[in-house]
Amino acid sequence: MVATYTAMHMSDGLVNAPTAAVFGLIAAVGLAICASRARADLDERTAPMAGLVTAFVFAVQMINFPILPGASGHLLGGALVAILVGPWVGSLCIAIVLVVQALLFADGGLTALGTNITNMALVGTFTGYAIAWALRRFAARSRTGLLVTAFVAALVGTVVAALAFVFEYAVGGAGGAGLETVFGLMVGLHVLVGIGEGIITAATVAAVAAVRPDLVYLLRGTRPALTLRTPGTGAAR
Amino acid sequence: MNAPRSRFLLGFLLAALVIAGGLSYLASPDPDGLDSVTLHGCTVSGTAAGEQLDGTCIAQNATESHTAASPLADYAVGGRDGTTGLAGVIGVLVTALLGRLLFRVLRRPGDGARAPSGAEPGKD
Repeated sequence: MVATYTAMHMSDGLVNAPTAAVFGLIAAVGLAICASRARADLDERTAPMAGLVTAFVFAVQMINFPILPGASGHLLGGALVAILVGPWVGSLCIAIVLVVQALLFADGGLTALGTNITNMALVGTFTGYAIAWALRRFAARSRTGLLVTAFVAALVGTVVAALAFVFEYAVGGAGGAGLETVFGLMVGLHVLVGIGEGIITAATVAAVAAVRPDLVYLLRGTRPALTLRTPGTGAAR
Repeated sequence: MNAPRSRFLLGFLLAALVIAGGLSYLASPDPDGLDSVTLHGCTVSGTAAGEQLDGTCIAQNATESHTAASPLADYAVGGRDGTTGLAGVIGVLVTALLGRLLFRVLRRPGDGARAPSGAEPGKD
């Protein structure tokens, strides 16, 4: 049997058609909500930043790093975008990357786009953001705090995104391996991928924070200046 | 301490271009975490028709991408070896352009000219 597996994301056929359709709908509704909420986070300073964050995630996703003999991992980018541009804009950044990869680079199937967007653009980003938000005061306190926050948010976000695949496989997997095996392998491997994700995320966030701390969404959120600058909009959302 | 914004953004774009255009040649060719799981239980061997999967694994259910004939498929330009960097640079420019367009469309108007919510252009 011939199969393509050199892609980095889910191919078509790994889950059945109804499951792919349901997650396509979930992804579409999720991104529509993100697009609506993203407006409040986008201004003439953050919009250009968000465009470049998108390109940066595409670039870094190309760099597969070794995690075990014969296995590699690459950045998913959810926690990174959530910390830099916020979860609503960040989900859209990852979705753009996934759509371009599927359409131009044959990386990730078209019918698998719903599951890939759900896992990486929505689950990975919002999990990473939830962790980072919970630690935001610690992150704002020192450089070490920011590094640790970014690392933990990226690690947890990666593992939970991997669990989203396990959930989809449990719901409508095409078969080929038992659910317990898939669960154990996905979690085990993505703890290792998540360590790499954590290092890349922490290094990138620290680099941005060193030169333009005002462009780090998570840090702006810890300062009242954000709401003062934009009276009447966004803050209540 | 803040770097000028334009210089910062240019630096960010250059970093992405260098990573996709140069560093990508150093990327591990091994299957990633997800592919390692979907290939679990199979042995992979190369054939003229592509990769042969022997055994039982999830990846046997995978179907070829609809865009497999894309000139940039598998991060190579026209299927040529050694063009990963060029494909990466194209990808960076395309994603940067799409991101810029989407976020410009979604962006609220500047200070003092804020549109009332609900009277805004389409999302897509």
